[in-house]
Amino acid sequence: MLNLSINGKPHALDLDPQTPLLWAIRDHVGLTGTKYSCGIAQCGSCTVYLDGAPVRACITPVSDAVGKEVTTIEGLSSPAGQAVQAAWRELEVVQCGYCQSGQIMSAASLLQRNRKPTDADIDQAMQGNLCRCATYARIRQAIKVAADKLNGVQS
Amino acid sequence: MKTDQIVNLSRRRFVAGSAVSLAGLTLGIIPTVAAEQRQAGPGIAGQAPETAGDFSPNAFLRIDGDGIVTVISKHLEMGQGTYTGMATLVAEELDADWEKVRVEGAPADAGRYNNLFWGKAQGTGGSTAIANSWKQMRKAGAAARQMLVQAAAKQWQVEAGEIKVKSGVVSHAPSGRKAGFGELAERAAEQPVPESVTLKDPKSFSLIGQRIPRKDSPEKINGQAIFTQDVKLPGMLTAVVLHPPRLGATVSKIDTKGALAVKGVREVIQIPSGVAVVADDFWQAKLGRDALSVSWDESKAFSKSSAQILDDYRQLAEKPGLVARTEGDGATALASTDDAIEAEYSVPFLSHSAMEPMNCVVRIDEAGCEVWNGEQMQTSDQYQIAGLLGLEPHQVHIHMLYAGGSFGRRANPAADYLLETVHIAKALKPGTPLKMVWTREDDTHAGYYRPLYLHRMRAALNDQGEPHVWDQRIVGQSILKGTPFESVMVKDGVDMTSVEGAANLPYEIKHVQVDLHSPELPVPVLWWRSVGSTHTAFAVECFIDELAVKAGQDPLAYRRKLLRNHPRHLGVLNLVAEKAGWGEPMGRNRGQGIAVHESFNSYVAQVAEVSVRRSVISVDRVVIAVDCGVAVNPDVIVAQMEGGMGFGLSATLLSELTFREGRVEQSNFTDYRILRIDQMPEVEVHIVASAEAPTGVGEPATPVIAPAVANAVFAATGKRLRQLPLRLG
Ligand code: FES
Ligand code: FES
Repeated sequence: MLNLSINGKPHALDLDPQTPLLWAIRDHVGLTGTKYSCGIAQCGSCTVYLDGAPVRACITPVSDAVGKEVTTIEGLSSPAGQAVQAAWRELEVVQCGYCQSGQIMSAASLLQRNRKPTDADIDQAMQGNLCRCATYARIRQAIKVAADKLNGVQS
Repeated sequence: MKTDQIVNLSRRRFVAGSAVSLAGLTLGIIPTVAAEQRQAGPGIAGQAPETAGDFSPNAFLRIDGDGIVTVISKHLEMGQGTYTGMATLVAEELDADWEKVRVEGAPADAGRYNNLFWGKAQGTGGSTAIANSWKQMRKAGAAARQMLVQAAAKQWQVEAGEIKVKSGVVSHAPSGRKAGFGELAERAAEQPVPESVTLKDPKSFSLIGQRIPRKDSPEKINGQAIFTQDVKLPGMLTAVVLHPPRLGATVSKIDTKGALAVKGVREVIQIPSGVAVVADDFWQAKLGRDALSVSWDESKAFSKSSAQILDDYRQLAEKPGLVARTEGDGATALASTDDAIEAEYSVPFLSHSAMEPMNCVVRIDEAGCEVWNGEQMQTSDQYQIAGLLGLEPHQVHIHMLYAGGSFGRRANPAADYLLETVHIAKALKPGTPLKMVWTREDDTHAGYYRPLYLHRMRAALNDQGEPHVWDQRIVGQSILKGTPFESVMVKDGVDMTSVEGAANLPYEIKHVQVDLHSPELPVPVLWWRSVGSTHTAFAVECFIDELAVKAGQDPLAYRRKLLRNHPRHLGVLNLVAEKAGWGEPMGRNRGQGIAVHESFNSYVAQVAEVSVRRSVISVDRVVIAVDCGVAVNPDVIVAQMEGGMGFGLSATLLSELTFREGRVEQSNFTDYRILRIDQMPEVEVHIVASAEAPTGVGEPATPVIAPAVANAVFAATGKRLRQLPLRLG
């Protein structure tokens, strides 16, 4: 039995420890906001946090999450996360939406580390997150709007 | 016209019998709807059970006692903003409160939900959603509004003519009475359906033309939106399929031992498209597939390579094809010129590679077949599935879920991945829900690609440097041959989707010929966002640039002259040139390129600015002008222009699906590359003000970027690239 804490709630899962965290979360915990798209850490759709640090859940064995706090899009509630989600709505970033949980998790994590990201910082932090609908122009803009919100809140 | 008829669904349902929940107003539900509602999962089409007092004046909306207006979208939401668009049209004429409008996907029922541009078929594609629904949805809203007004007039004993409706509130100023839609819903359902309705004068639109929030955004940013991949039903199993290593290979021997030994694996099932491993969850099914050992008979398998296909096409281009357009003396006019200009353009196979790989959920029992899918072609999929199961099409119930992108892939007349799922589900205990999931590798390998195409262009210029002969020969597989669309869209052997964007060349040229070869290959092909224009726009808009250069004229001025009688082309060209600062000096290793193209009755022009450093092409800025008639939701249009261009930019710079001895060489995003954020240019979109009926925006931005960038690369380097993806050095 693997004991996990996901979005603050305990879950005991009877799984092969090598099962990717992604499938544990999706198929066994039932949280489907975290998406599968490539399975090999190439697209960022499956981004979750382990103790606040972003990881690609598709290549992270579920056993790595034992004893750590897992945060998924459903549990994203940090000020950075909220600022990002609000900016995403304001700028209407979303198209098909499939990549967006991952985009938002990566963007919020960037703002957590860097309150004033430049274009280059954004490109670097976000280039692991693919969007086939190519919402990139708005993602870039929305991260800046979120940064402003966050800094406004702080000051 | 039949399609314009407004019917009171509540009544029809009552007549149809099978009445449910009988308090106050009695409502009946027709059987197909009942099935939809019984079975629907979370966030899924038709989930809200209708309760007494609901007002369903027609198939497209329902108003409940709390005043919530549910718009039923007949079109798939795959990112293009359709749910918001449908709701906007209904809510505009209904004068609803936008905050209280929600959207639900329609069930599969071509009788009510057909695409008016597709005859009796239901489906989403060809950038038709808003265009075909423009009047239909507004009429639906207007009829409901009128019934609400009548209900209020009766209840308050006042003149209907004195009643006003605004933002979900019905009011009568003289008596000071007011009521929300919810309070009137039950009574409104009893009103006679208006025989005809008057639509608003566009001047009084309050939602159409405004930037209003998308309806699908909130649940797509908090992880609640349900895609096919997310469907979970009690007792559901998951299947992963092992496909043949090459097209046409067949199973010669299966050893199931390894697979069945994997925990959670239930069954290994041979199906026409391969071998399915069915397990309790995805990961077990995937491990099961890894442990499966299958030997294949590849004696009849496809064995060609992309380079060889291109060579074959080159040979074929030497011979005349079937004529798609001929004017003046056609190609024979070239004989009388000594300096014909000739060029060959080519594009590779492309995979759609939506971020959500193809998947489907199916449950089969005595009553029929139930399907959960990002459903793009209900009617044809119903026929395909019914055919396989020996059912009537109406016994195939489809829940249309959000699609995580499609770009044409989910609209397959062959219904490939749906039938694959049905084949597996059919082998299971009746009533077992089955989810079939493709991995990214499966999705890349499974085919239905944008076909590889070759264009041989020839032209001759007159004394003014203008072309007086234009001869375009196109070689590539037909998408529609052998599909139900063949009878409508293949004329005299010419597949319209192979020549669109070329046969309708807008440039004024005296002698024109466009002809086509449609060689057959076993590679399954399909439309890919903007279909024929994906390659014709590239060939035409680059070649016209070559002619301008040859004539020593500015590419913009050259196009303008040849388009003098095409005001909508000119409109977008002029706007884009002005906004982009066409002709401004760009500096070393930088260049501007322009292209204009009409597809799906929308006109798009783009100016790309590129820099070239060490043979690497970066696109720094793209300015887009679009004329799509009335701009129903300007922000959604801008988003589609940005995204459609970005989608095209992947194919311009990066993506290529190649065969080597029959095997697809790419498998995942490592080698089938698509655009990343650091490659996305700055984008600016300008919409031409127009009063014309609205036309599509999902596709028309896609084909324009490749020629704009190729022309810019020429401006920057003097090198003319004629093959996609563009490569220097
Ligand atoms: S699914 Fe994990 S990075 Fe793509
Ligand atoms: S919004 Fe569709 S893949 Fe990003």
